[in-house]
Amino acid sequence: MNLPADPSVEAGPSSAGPASAAGRSDGRVTTASNTKWLLETKGITKRFGAVEALSDVNLHVAPGEVTALLGDNGAGKSTLIKCLAGIHEPEEGQMIFDGHPVRIRGPKVATGLGIETVYQDLALCDNLDIVQNMFLGRELTNSRLLDEDSMEKQARQTLAELSVTTVRSIRQLVGSLSGGQRQAVAVAKAVMQNARMVIMDEPTAALGVAQTAMVLDLIRTLRSRGIAVLVISHNLNDVFKVADHIAVLYLGRLAVEAPVGAFDQQSAVYAITTGRFDPNSIEASATVQAIE
Amino acid sequence: MTRFSEPSTQAGSDVSATQPPEQVVALLDPASAADNMRDYLRAWVVRIRNGESGMLPVVLGLVVIVIIFQSQKSVFLSAGNLTNLFTQSATYILLGMAEVYVLLLGEIDLSIGYVGGVAGVVTVATAAPPGDHPWWVAILAGLVVATIIGIIQGLVITRLRVPSFVVTLAGLLGWEGVLIFLADREGGTNGGGTIRLSNSILLDLVNGNLSVAAGWIVLVVGVAGFAVFLIARDRHRRRHALVVPPLGLTIAKIVAVAVAGFAVVAICNTNRGRIVSHPVQGVPWVVPIVLGIFMLWTALLSRTRFGRYVYAIGGNAEAARRAGINLGRIRTAAFALTGLTAGLAGVILASQLGSISSNVDGGSLVLYAVAAAVIGGTSLFGGRGKMLYAVIGGLVIATIANGMGLIGLSASAQYMVTALVLLAAASVDALARRNSTRSA
Repeated sequence: MNLPADPSVEAGPSSAGPASAAGRSDGRVTTASNTKWLLETKGITKRFGAVEALSDVNLHVAPGEVTALLGDNGAGKSTLIKCLAGIHEPEEGQMIFDGHPVRIRGPKVATGLGIETVYQDLALCDNLDIVQNMFLGRELTNSRLLDEDSMEKQARQTLAELSVTTVRSIRQLVGSLSGGQRQAVAVAKAVMQNARMVIMDEPTAALGVAQTAMVLDLIRTLRSRGIAVLVISHNLNDVFKVADHIAVLYLGRLAVEAPVGAFDQQSAVYAITTGRFDPNSIEASATVQAIE
Repeated sequence: MTRFSEPSTQAGSDVSATQPPEQVVALLDPASAADNMRDYLRAWVVRIRNGESGMLPVVLGLVVIVIIFQSQKSVFLSAGNLTNLFTQSATYILLGMAEVYVLLLGEIDLSIGYVGGVAGVVTVATAAPPGDHPWWVAILAGLVVATIIGIIQGLVITRLRVPSFVVTLAGLLGWEGVLIFLADREGGTNGGGTIRLSNSILLDLVNGNLSVAAGWIVLVVGVAGFAVFLIARDRHRRRHALVVPPLGLTIAKIVAVAVAGFAVVAICNTNRGRIVSHPVQGVPWVVPIVLGIFMLWTALLSRTRFGRYVYAIGGNAEAARRAGINLGRIRTAAFALTGLTAGLAGVILASQLGSISSNVDGGSLVLYAVAAAVIGGTSLFGGRGKMLYAVIGGLVIATIANGMGLIGLSASAQYMVTALVLLAAASVDALARRNSTRSA
């Protein structure tokens, strides 16, 4: 179900920047193989009734890189990640995961592929402890009884691998954790299932300075483990601290997609608010594909 | 990049599982982080201040109640009365445990009093002439009926999405109707809606006693089993560097169980007969029966997926849904178990009364059941509670009823005092929680 190519898209500047242009598999510029991307969407369109929440979105997410998804309220960020997580199914467009076209028809399909989503509300049970939360719905059993020992070992190992060292006991209730620690537990829960891509929705929104630093560290750790990280954030400071790529949604369209080096704070704000790349910005013409 | 690989020079330092990631202490969890008894006690105090008082208030309350009654009526702490108290509390405890299942989900079941009544009628009628079915067939029939009622109510609640309060309120009315209908029909015209229980084994469930020796043997085996289980588990977990409660706490638990068990058996094994030549002694059958059900249900809640999901749904239903848990099925199963446990309570009630009639006050029973669960510390909002809470709460309810009966207070006073105790228990809990300083 390939979309008929939109001529206006084709008209974009096609000079190849090193990272952003590589692997443009829609036929525009290809200097590398298509499988550089872990996930690639082609012409994703999602409508709610008459409203087109997403139109013709071509997003690229690379393994071992952090892609920040920016955009103002209503730009379609949440809709896009829900499409990736299998909560919505787009009407048009194609998703290519690990070189293969896939249809993500439900959350189970997404997690089956290794796409794990950490929603803003984290979906943790305050009345359960860390181990219990990390294994919720996937409990290990031993002759039908819960195998607490194995679960605790695995949970501990995952947390250690993520360098989550600030939790005193993994048997403490999640309700007693700080915001950053809760985020860490939610991420660990996602990673433990051999995630290849982790989508995080506003991971630092409600956190203080130290907690934010901890979560950013966590994101870097994920990246170093070769996991593709897609982060939605409103906090540009945080974005510039961890992101490798920035993708900007504007009114349902993917307006700009470029390496983080192509932006500064001002040009990022400009892109979010206007959907255009700041013409005065550094390296703009060389590395950036601007669609509109 | 990672904190672990920086200081250590091992290439690609693969953090081994045995290295506990607990060096950095950002947030002290009072509860589970203690390694020794003193830390644990200090943490316990913090926890109580934070509103997680657990069973402390209700246990203290029970002690106060007992002291008051004993000061008013010295026969209160006699062996005969205490044994009587144990058997009286069985119905409240069982109904309280039934209610715990649904309270943990954040639901409520108002029908269990009459569900128990219906189960009691079915059991008694099945064992009565002309059928004269054996005792186990009778019990099975009663429990099956109660479980089916629970499933039906659960399905209406989960499939039609009618609030459990409304569905079981309908049950409260409807099953009383069924109870009266069955009791009138089975009791016959001259029975006046009362069916007598003639099966001796069913009568012995509450009224029969273990032999003195059997009581001691059950105690020793039970306590020894409990101790071995706890110690073996702790040793295993310590060897695997898992979180282990302090040794002192484990010992304290074992000692507490041993002392309580010894007290119960010693009291029940004291001769409580009035005629010297005919000693009445021994632990009533109902005590080990209730204990067994308690242990079974505790294991179900704490050691199976089903139990874990019950807590998860009560804590955050949306999180449970996203984790792939089938909420409807777990909820329905919980209502089925509530029905089953209520059925057990009905059987025990019939055995205790020696008959069952259309006068079973299921309305009061269910309120006592909710009270028992809540007095013990079960949250009405879901996610917090244990079967043990229902046991303690049921004992409190029975103690009040028993003691006030001894003093000779009227039913009106009993209701009012029970209400005050319930209110006090809930208030202590609420006040403590308001003072809590929870982060997050």
